[in-house]
Amino acid sequence: MRYLPLTPDNRAEMLSTIGVSSIDDLFVDVPPTARRAGLVDLPIHMGELEVERELLELAGRNRSAGQGPFFCGAGAYKHHVPASVDHLIQRSEFLTSYTPYQPEIAQGTLQVLFEFQTQVAALTGMEVANASLYDGSTATAEAVMMASRITRRNTAVLSPGLHPHYAETVQTLAHAVGMDIKRMPLAIDAEAEVLAHIGSDTACVVVQTPNLFGAATDVTKIAAAAQAAGALLIVVTTEAVSFGLLRSPGEMNADIAVAEGQSIGVGLNYGGPYIGLFACREKYVRQAPGRLCGETVDGEGRRGFVLTLSTREQHIRRDKATSNICTNSGLCALAFTIHMSLLGETGLRKLAALNHQAGRRLAQRMSELPGFEVLTPRYFNEIAVRTPVPAEHLVQLLADHGILGGVPVSRLDPDAGMDDVLLLAATELTRPADIEILARAITRLLSQ
Amino acid sequence: MNSVGRPTRLEGDPANDFLHPTLTGARGLLQDEALIFELGGWDKTGVDLPHAELDASDLGGLVRTDPIGLPGLSEPEAMRHYVRLSQKNHAIDLALYPLGSCTMKHNPRLNEKAARLAGFADVHPLQPISTVQGALALMDRLAHWLKTLTGMPAVALTPKAGAHGELCGLLCIRAAHEANGEGQRKTVLTPTSAHGTNPATAAFVGYTVQEIAQTPDGRVDLDDLADKLGPHVAAIMVTNPNTCGLFERDVVEIARLTHAVGAYFYCDGANFNAIVGRVRPGDLGVDAMHINLHKTFSTPHGGGGPGAGPVVLSEALAKHAPTPWVVHGLDGFELVERAEGAAESAFGRMCAFHGQMGMFVRAYAYMLSHGADGLRQVAEDAVLNANYLKVLLSAEMSPAFPNGPCMHEALFDDAWLDGTGITTLDFAKAMIDEGFHPMTMYFPLVVHGAMLIEPTETEPKVELDRFANALLQLAKAAKAGDIERFKGAPFHAPLRRLDETQAARKPRLRWTRTETPKLAAE
Amino acid sequence: MRFTKDHEWIELDGDVATIGVTAYAAEQLGDVVFVELPAVGKTLKTGEGMAVVESVKAASDVYAPIDGEVTAVNDALSVTPETVNGSPEQDGWFAKVKVSDRAAIEALMDRDAYEKFLSSL
Repeated sequence: MRYLPLTPDNRAEMLSTIGVSSIDDLFVDVPPTARRAGLVDLPIHMGELEVERELLELAGRNRSAGQGPFFCGAGAYKHHVPASVDHLIQRSEFLTSYTPYQPEIAQGTLQVLFEFQTQVAALTGMEVANASLYDGSTATAEAVMMASRITRRNTAVLSPGLHPHYAETVQTLAHAVGMDIKRMPLAIDAEAEVLAHIGSDTACVVVQTPNLFGAATDVTKIAAAAQAAGALLIVVTTEAVSFGLLRSPGEMNADIAVAEGQSIGVGLNYGGPYIGLFACREKYVRQAPGRLCGETVDGEGRRGFVLTLSTREQHIRRDKATSNICTNSGLCALAFTIHMSLLGETGLRKLAALNHQAGRRLAQRMSELPGFEVLTPRYFNEIAVRTPVPAEHLVQLLADHGILGGVPVSRLDPDAGMDDVLLLAATELTRPADIEILARAITRLLSQ
Repeated sequence: MNSVGRPTRLEGDPANDFLHPTLTGARGLLQDEALIFELGGWDKTGVDLPHAELDASDLGGLVRTDPIGLPGLSEPEAMRHYVRLSQKNHAIDLALYPLGSCTMKHNPRLNEKAARLAGFADVHPLQPISTVQGALALMDRLAHWLKTLTGMPAVALTPKAGAHGELCGLLCIRAAHEANGEGQRKTVLTPTSAHGTNPATAAFVGYTVQEIAQTPDGRVDLDDLADKLGPHVAAIMVTNPNTCGLFERDVVEIARLTHAVGAYFYCDGANFNAIVGRVRPGDLGVDAMHINLHKTFSTPHGGGGPGAGPVVLSEALAKHAPTPWVVHGLDGFELVERAEGAAESAFGRMCAFHGQMGMFVRAYAYMLSHGADGLRQVAEDAVLNANYLKVLLSAEMSPAFPNGPCMHEALFDDAWLDGTGITTLDFAKAMIDEGFHPMTMYFPLVVHGAMLIEPTETEPKVELDRFANALLQLAKAAKAGDIERFKGAPFHAPLRRLDETQAARKPRLRWTRTETPKLAAE
Repeated sequence: MRFTKDHEWIELDGDVATIGVTAYAAEQLGDVVFVELPAVGKTLKTGEGMAVVESVKAASDVYAPIDGEVTAVNDALSVTPETVNGSPEQDGWFAKVKVSDRAAIEALMDRDAYEKFLSSL
């Protein structure tokens, strides 16, 4: 079998060295009732050819985003990733290396993480960032936990524009640790409503910008109100490219900034793996979850990097850890770092401008369609549109005709009373022709 | 006459060359490499983008005014930068990684090819279900393999890593107790040898963690367990094979005792590689077990992630599994994304979307490649390799549990270093000079100066012999008083031992403009 | 000065006691990188955790040797935690505590008893 190097001769020799007659002698501690004599009921091994065939067949049953006009967003975005990124992350020394616990032989990984942390801090406008978490939703939940630890308070307020999956993830974790969550009902442009709910037991306020509906908000006033009440402001961003155009969380006085970094370097991947960005004020860093990479020197005075402040983590603090996290999203962090290094500030600003331009074209065209209304003010590259028919129905019709026409809000929250609201995203990959195809298809399909 | 005029063999004294420092700090193929922020390029970009008319008038005061402050690199510069950095990393593709409990096996490249098929890599998680039937089918088939291999009726696929899976398992257990009116159970028992994520996870969700003692032969002390079990216990968290590399012989009794007081048995599946295809945790009485796809099922470690930690569940816990669920509908597969209908008792959602699809594809490709026969062989070869190393290394090193075989990993303590003045850490750093990544050190905590060695089944005998030979020579050197070799190690790695105290006392977690590079040349 | 089996020292002056960790503890811990001190005003109960000392690879709990109320903490340690290594039984003090039961302190080991205890370890 191509992945198993031992030969029957090897095995015989090794068994002899060990001093047993068969491999079963090494499994002697397994209770006899639990020993399986034969193979489990699954197919036997396959060559590469056959495996590829099965996987190609399965992949072929999925419509990929690149196959036609594509407008899905709602927390995951299709962007162009330069060819060198995927090439570099497949280098053996990056792909097949372990967590950098032995820093002398992991400076490649560690320096990348240091660069990554610097990039994330710069993009979010915050003082420090960690070496990544699993994704934006779990990063948000971790931020809420952290705010609770810092303030020693038990309530969190979730704004009306927060992605329902993110809110549900926070609720799951909050319920697990006994926190109270005040989750506000979905609304297109009402983040300021959180102000009325900030109280003496509020640990944090969580606001997403751009929000689920694509609307960007100036959260400076919310930051002031939260902080005046002794609470923290957590700002959530699901479209990382927006950092290239919009005011950063740090600029708006956030205490913690979390984001989904998937837009930069990572790709859609049907939902995972993604990468959680996490940044905060320096004074809070000892309460932060996840791995941290720090600069130091080696025995000869040369600069190097190590994982640091590890005493927060599970392998040392065990039941007093700041989180139970072990893995970060290492390879995705590498992809993010490489892509961001290629872009630079100049490239990211250009990319963001292209995204905003595509968003404007999309909004303009959608507003021309009878029965359609663009609901989102101050959008970056994603809009919510009122549809004359249930949005889910429209999306299915479009899919049946080769167009992935966005995400119906009712898919994420069937109880929001927004059955006629559709989320559409445009990126640098969205051509004017794609928008035109979408518009004409809608017109044609709805007239039938 | 050599008319070309250049020497064709080394003419100086070879001993001097090694000690002779270079003029620039570079060492042959190993270049030093600055941070991207030290390469200039503040206005540069390596991505050619069409010009965009930026009309942000609709955004008013929301346009970013503070600079981002990040440089760009052209493609040649980026390639060079990251390739140079990669050369400072050790990797499985270079040599055996004897990391106990990590299962550093070969990462098949077919998995990478499969994961990059557009039909998997370029699919959005919220597309209409009719357009992603292949993805859902793969998840269903992966689930089938996981359930069949473990003998369990259900599996939760969404957890993003092992620790996330432990959280998922405990939340299922908590939901089950609450549904049965047993919410007053506030204690979780873990052995003293447990991996840190076990008590961390339990404490995180509000349980009080109590430790179960260990017997002299490295197993859970049944008497102590029976003593500590009671109606206040929600669950036990046991790793099997355990973190000492030993199979818990009394696991069936452990399960029986636990169930008898109405508690659940959570099994940490990190060591599944030792038993896959030969033993099914479901047959042992396990109620929930997470499986690290990045361990047993070969998805790459990637320098720290991403991973995936699906959790197999018993009948009693299955109904509480987090959403979304992949179910068979009338017209193909469906995704139940809310706690309603079939999933009405789900405890909630662990994360956005549906789990680590990229890792599912890789793990499934791995499973198909190995099949039932291959996977059984994986466990057998993993256990064989570990026992082979245990026997060879025992010539100089002291196994923590010398009586009887180990499973897929061999545990040594530091008794054999007594009197040498050399610690486990020093020994590990000397291994680096010999070309090997150190083994897992100081874990499990129950053994002094622990050294946990897990070769995995993808190591050829040649590499095992090379590894054993290196360690035996090092061990002899340690006992012969060659202290400096160890205290000063590593000498040949890209950097020497790093000052972790300084890093923790004065954390510098990002580059800032006032920094100047202190590279080897200075 | 009195000592506990968990390697804390306590020195009474009037009804305020100063608490820290012993030289032995500081040596065992290795390079101290951070000390998490209790809040001023906190009520301490004998045996409960009152502080955490972090070295690079470990975090060790420090337990209250007596009941009392925290009146002051050594903020200098947040800037120079290494003082715990350099001067554990003087400048490296953690907290000053107003004690309710002075007799409880007398019951603890004196230096001779503590040294004897150390040699038995």
